[in-house]
Amino acid sequence: MEKLLEEFSLGLFFWQTILFTLLLWLLWKFAWKPILKAVNDREEGIKNALEAAEEAKKEMQNVTADSEKLLKEARAEREVMLKEAREIKEKMITDAKEQAQIEGDKMIKQAQATIESEKKAAVADIKEQVANLSIDIAEKVIKEELSDKKKQLKLVDDMLGDVKLN
Amino acid sequence: MLFSFYKKDLHLHRFLKTDILSAMRKTFLKHTWVVLVVLLGQFSFAKDNGGQEEGKDLKTEIKEYIDHHLQDSHDFNLFSYTKDNGDHVYVGFPLPVILWDDGLKIFSSSKFHHGETLAEADGQHYKLYHGKIYKTDAEGTIAYDEEHHPTNVRPFDLSITKNVVMIIVTGLLMLWLFSSLARSYAKNNGIPTGVGRFFEPIVLYIRDDIARPNIGEKRYKKYMPFLLTIFFFIWFLNMFGMTPLGINVTGNIAITTALAILTFLITNFTGTKDYWMHQFNPLGDSLPWYGKIPLYIILVPIELLGLIIKPFSLLIRLYANMQAGHIVIGSLIGLMFIFKSWIGSPMSFGLAFAIMLIEVLVALLQAYIFTMLSALYFGFASEEHEHEHEHEAELSH
Repeated sequence: MEKLLEEFSLGLFFWQTILFTLLLWLLWKFAWKPILKAVNDREEGIKNALEAAEEAKKEMQNVTADSEKLLKEARAEREVMLKEAREIKEKMITDAKEQAQIEGDKMIKQAQATIESEKKAAVADIKEQVANLSIDIAEKVIKEELSDKKKQLKLVDDMLGDVKLN
Repeated sequence: MLFSFYKKDLHLHRFLKTDILSAMRKTFLKHTWVVLVVLLGQFSFAKDNGGQEEGKDLKTEIKEYIDHHLQDSHDFNLFSYTKDNGDHVYVGFPLPVILWDDGLKIFSSSKFHHGETLAEADGQHYKLYHGKIYKTDAEGTIAYDEEHHPTNVRPFDLSITKNVVMIIVTGLLMLWLFSSLARSYAKNNGIPTGVGRFFEPIVLYIRDDIARPNIGEKRYKKYMPFLLTIFFFIWFLNMFGMTPLGINVTGNIAITTALAILTFLITNFTGTKDYWMHQFNPLGDSLPWYGKIPLYIILVPIELLGLIIKPFSLLIRLYANMQAGHIVIGSLIGLMFIFKSWIGSPMSFGLAFAIMLIEVLVALLQAYIFTMLSALYFGFASEEHEHEHEHEAELSH
């Protein structure tokens, strides 16, 4: 103990305390603070980057899921649209058919009516012509008949005889 | 005697190990205190015995050489030799001597001529005797007491000694090294360059494996600058001690005392309420007050003694380890000259080499232990109740 105390130099103790405190202060200010800050920042940066990567991965998964969902939806929609289109087509065909039927029927009826009326007109015409012809014939016959007196009288008699019959 | 030093070093190592464990087992501290006092007693006893021998045989010369090397010095001596005609030739450079003796006196240490002449400043005469400056008369008379200690007046010596120079050199080295590391982060986008790549993992190790687990996530940040500074300061100075320049800064009791006092002050000035409660009321609410009284008569003084013993163990451990390392290396190198044979000298060379390698490890280990234990004490000081049991659990493993 005595030896230790003898070895103890107050001057050296003084310088050590002063210089070490100064060194501590200088290093604190110019070295440890920026070093620890830089290391901390770097670690934070790495942590953040990892987190961001994780998030990006999740987002990526979300996007994939979303696009898959969209695709599915689109597919379903297409299916629906196709189905609708088919239905419309069928409906249109049926409608057209019905329309055509109705129209055809109408046309047929009209045609029939026209034919009927034409027929009637034709019949009437024929009747008229027949009547005219008959009159002409009758005229000619009458003229021939009436060329002599005897025959005229006979005709009158015949006719009167017909009336009587009526 | 040389080997008894080494044995003591081993004792101290054992003490070191037990110390960590006993940090929480306060009652055990009393025993280590006794052991420590006994050890130190032997230490001084052994040294005194050696000092009594007179006569300049080779062994004494080697012993004096080692003793001289361990001490601080007023010049920066690189090496010296003796000419055939008996003249001593010293190679190195002188350092400023600063004395406070009724006013400031500053002169170059070259005035002492390595203790061979008196230095005269402002009409006062000073003599360098065994590395210390004494005020003498014009003839340089030194008076002795019965134990052969000089009784002359010793002026307050604030000289820039070799150790102070080494502290400044280490400080500048650290400033340059770590401020350039700090700048390289800014320049290189957060990635260190050059030597920074070597030092950054050490900085991170101190943060993640010393500060964080011992002090706790909440409060470790404010202790980081001190822990980093003290670690690199001790490590670099320990490593300088391994060079052939003959530097022994961390093996100087004044240096380790200053470091330990800083740890002590920081520990107690940053202590939380819980920490002080633990000092004065270690059992807490586990006993009624009348049950505590007989226990506390013993326990509280032990707790308070522990406050002093903690930094004291720090300072002795670092001092003794570095001092012993230098003694062992010096002795083994000295053995080469004592053996002077084809078998003995290479053997002691090999041994010195092996111990040197161990010393390089010890240099790092002592810096680590000092930092680690400082962090542990800071951890005690910043304990809060929910943390207390965690610490105890950690230590009991």
